[in-house]
Amino acid sequence: MHELSIAMNIVEMAEEESQRRGGLHITAVHLRLGLLAGVVKDALLSSYEVACEDTSLKGSQLVVEEVPGVVYCPACDARRPVRSSEWFCCSECGAIASEIVQGKELEVVSLEVEE
Amino acid sequence: MSPGTRIIEVRQNVLKQNDLVARGLRQRFQDAGVFVVSMVSSPGSGKTTLLEKTLTLLQPEYRVAALVGDLATENDAVRLARSQAPVKQITTGTLCHLEAAMVQNALEGWNLDELDFLFIENVGNLVCPSSYDLGEDMRLVLMSVTEGEDKPLKYPTIFNSADVAVLTKMDLAAAAEFDREAAIRSIESVRPGMTILSVSAKSGAGMDEYFELFRARRAASRPAVAAQTSAVRLRG
Repeated sequence: MHELSIAMNIVEMAEEESQRRGGLHITAVHLRLGLLAGVVKDALLSSYEVACEDTSLKGSQLVVEEVPGVVYCPACDARRPVRSSEWFCCSECGAIASEIVQGKELEVVSLEVEE
Repeated sequence: MSPGTRIIEVRQNVLKQNDLVARGLRQRFQDAGVFVVSMVSSPGSGKTTLLEKTLTLLQPEYRVAALVGDLATENDAVRLARSQAPVKQITTGTLCHLEAAMVQNALEGWNLDELDFLFIENVGNLVCPSSYDLGEDMRLVLMSVTEGEDKPLKYPTIFNSADVAVLTKMDLAAAAEFDREAAIRSIESVRPGMTILSVSAKSGAGMDEYFELFRARRAASRPAVAAQTSAVRLRG
C-alpha cells in the first residue's frame, strides 16, 4: 500500500508548482496512470483525499487517465497492446515481447486552477 | 473542466525525486566499482537466509556488505552480522518499501570504494517495491517453493521490474509438491526471457550457478574493476 506515499508526492508537486507561480487555487490534478505502474487507482483516489487534508489542495479532485500497456514485438516489428498484465507476449503472434513501450506512466499532466 | 478554471501543463513524473536520487546512486556505485544487487520477495520466502549464505560464501573472494529493510526490529541485521560482513538495518516504520533516499542515507559514512558487492534486501512485499528504483545494477525477485506456482501471475508488476527470478527453498520442493515447470511458465508469461535460478540456501544446491551469475554480471558491468579483483585474487 504505497498509494499514500504516491498521493503525498502528487500533492507536494502540485503545491510546489502553485508556489512557483505565486499561489494558485488548484481545483483538480490530472494524472496519467499506466496499467503497469504498480499503483491501484481506487487506493490512490482515497489516499489522495487523505493527502490533501491540511494542504491548499483540500477539496480538490484527482482525475486519473488510465493508460493501457503496450509492448514492442520484434517478430511483428510492431507495437502491440498488452491484453493483461499477466501476459506480456505479443497479442498477435505470441512471440516474446522485448520491451514495454507504454504502461509505466505515473505522471502529473496538468493542474486545473481557478481564474 | 468547470467554468472559471484554466489548465496549467505540468507533465512531471510523480516519482521524479526518487528517480533522481536513484540515478545519483547508480553513478556513485559505478564510480566506486561496487556492483549492487537488490532482493525483493514476499515475507518469509527466504531473503535473509539466502543473503546470509551469500555474504558468507562470497566473502573469501569479495568485499561484501548489505543494507536490509524492514518495517520494525533489527533482527535481520543481527542475523546477517553473523556473516562478519558490514550490515546496516533500514527500519522503515510503517513504510512498505525502500526508497532511493533511504538507501542514500543508510550509506552515509560508508566508503563504497572498499566494496565489490553491496546487497540491498527490500521490505518483504511483492507490490510496492516495484515502483521504486534504488540505483541497483540487478534486481532479484525471490519466490519460495511453498508459495504456489502462480504467484508471478498474481504479482506481475514486481516480476516484471526484476532482472532475475530465484526459486528458493528447493530442498522443500518435494514436500510442497512444487511444480517447477508450472512456476517457470508463470514467470515467463509475465517476464518473457527472464533468467531463472533454483537454489537451496540450506543444502547449497544451485548456489554455484547463483554465484556465477553475480560474477558474470559484475564482470560485464564493471569490466575494469572486475579484472583488477581477479588479478588480486590470482596473486593472493
